[in-house]
Amino acid sequence: MPPKPEGPKLEPWESELITDLKRLYGSGIIEASRYLGQHYMVVDSSILPEILRRMRHDELFDYCVDITAVHYPKRDQQFDIIYVLYSFPHNQRIRVKTRIKDGEHVPSAFPIWPTADWLEREVFDMFGIVFDGHPGLKRILLPEGWHGHPLRKDYDILQQDKEWVQINLGIESGQ
Amino acid sequence: MSDSTKLDYLDLESKDKTFLDSTELVLNMGPQHPSTHGVLRVILKLDGEKVLGTECVIGYLHRGVEKIGENRTYAMFNPYVDRMDYVAAVSNGLGYCETVEKLLNVEAPPRAQHIRVIMTELCRIASHQVWLGTHALDIGALTPLFYAFRDREEILKIFEKYCGARLTTHAFRIGGCIYETYDGFEQDVKKYCTFFLPKLDEYEELLTTNRIWVTRTKNVGVLKPEDCIALGVTGPVLRASGVKWDLRKAQPYECYKDLDFEIPTGLNGDTYDRYLVRIAEMRQSVRILQQAVERIPSGPIMAKVPKVIKPPVGEVYHSIEAPKGELGYFIVSDGSTQPYRVRVRPPSFVNLQALGTMVRGMLVADVVAVIGTLDIVLGEVDR
Repeated sequence: MPPKPEGPKLEPWESELITDLKRLYGSGIIEASRYLGQHYMVVDSSILPEILRRMRHDELFDYCVDITAVHYPKRDQQFDIIYVLYSFPHNQRIRVKTRIKDGEHVPSAFPIWPTADWLEREVFDMFGIVFDGHPGLKRILLPEGWHGHPLRKDYDILQQDKEWVQINLGIESGQ
Repeated sequence: MSDSTKLDYLDLESKDKTFLDSTELVLNMGPQHPSTHGVLRVILKLDGEKVLGTECVIGYLHRGVEKIGENRTYAMFNPYVDRMDYVAAVSNGLGYCETVEKLLNVEAPPRAQHIRVIMTELCRIASHQVWLGTHALDIGALTPLFYAFRDREEILKIFEKYCGARLTTHAFRIGGCIYETYDGFEQDVKKYCTFFLPKLDEYEELLTTNRIWVTRTKNVGVLKPEDCIALGVTGPVLRASGVKWDLRKAQPYECYKDLDFEIPTGLNGDTYDRYLVRIAEMRQSVRILQQAVERIPSGPIMAKVPKVIKPPVGEVYHSIEAPKGELGYFIVSDGSTQPYRVRVRPPSFVNLQALGTMVRGMLVADVVAVIGTLDIVLGEVDR
């Protein structure tokens, strides 16, 4: 049998930006890596707003592409929050990640990028992560009175808010 | 008489207490409204005809696509993505397949890349035709709808001949294409190009200098380039504001870097410019089609992809230029046969956020024009 081809490797991301950030924040920059040609950094949630503001104003990442989260129920810090940023002047895309515990709040990125409004509302709707300073944090895709956050791993694919369905739709179950 | 019933009787003696003095009115538009392109509810705060503020209520078409993705294998999820932006299903499939290919670190062979480009550009034209027809219909021009749908039929015929489906095509697979081109595919595409260019002139004859069209669209829903970037707006809406940015040029995928085409841009960022940009984009798509169809190389159409797709642990964000803007996929793999997390970054969802900025201070009738010009598909907004 031929040997298995080597898979893509996680490489350290070395650049002026990362050296600067590491000098300024030290261990606040938990990881800076490159995977399949894409750069990302993991930062401590306490310095997240500073990093984001720096990214926007000093490094000119003027376009916030996406904000999303991933749930890892077995970890102590259960949630990854991912900011996908793009810079028009540099034609570069990076990801800034942070890790938080269940119930921990994150400062809103709305003052930095107005596009964060709906994106953060969706993360709140799907994961129940609260963004402090958001102008109107409420559910966006699910109805207002719904209980539960469907993209959490402990929310089964067939699970639903039976009470809401019975009261509002007048049927026994949506399944 | 209790306080609550008092209000039912208008006090005609004192003039300042009649309802005529109240200037603000809250009006509900949708979710069942013909111009909302699906089920979008917009709550308008009005002063007479003038819009003071809006709030969008979405989610009526929410099907939990991202949750479904976590519970299906990589290949099984492929047809689901077609159901998001159902007027541009081919683009959705392309974005998803490319993202998984990136996770697997494989690339589609050149022949597959060319077929993919041809299919996506046809799909871009078809999507813009739906936009043109419905947008013009919203504003009151009935004819373009029939013209656009008549000509779109020819594209759907090519899709049907190629993969058996017209709308939700599932045309591509992870690693390339599953179907070889049918006999006469190249001729059909070439024939379409020569057929379509004069039709495009016909659309323009109907609208570009039409006085009603120009009055209804010029200076309506203006977006400045800095607002576009701050709001994350992409696609033709961004380009109409004068930002020359297209992912096919900025970060080329497939074989776009070998093809010669231009990025049309607008000047004023109003509804009329967005119309011109989309028309110009269709011309560019024809240009891409003509080049790509001449160059289809021979060779395999599938890369070497294992039967059971199990990408190594890692995560990837990849995006393509869909007809409506940047369509991104963020996939986290835990090394199993199912993605750990699939996130779709839909262009319509983000673009719709700009509605409030665009219609503030405009008239109610302009809200209809602006919803049309944003070119949203609610299936993609709600997922």
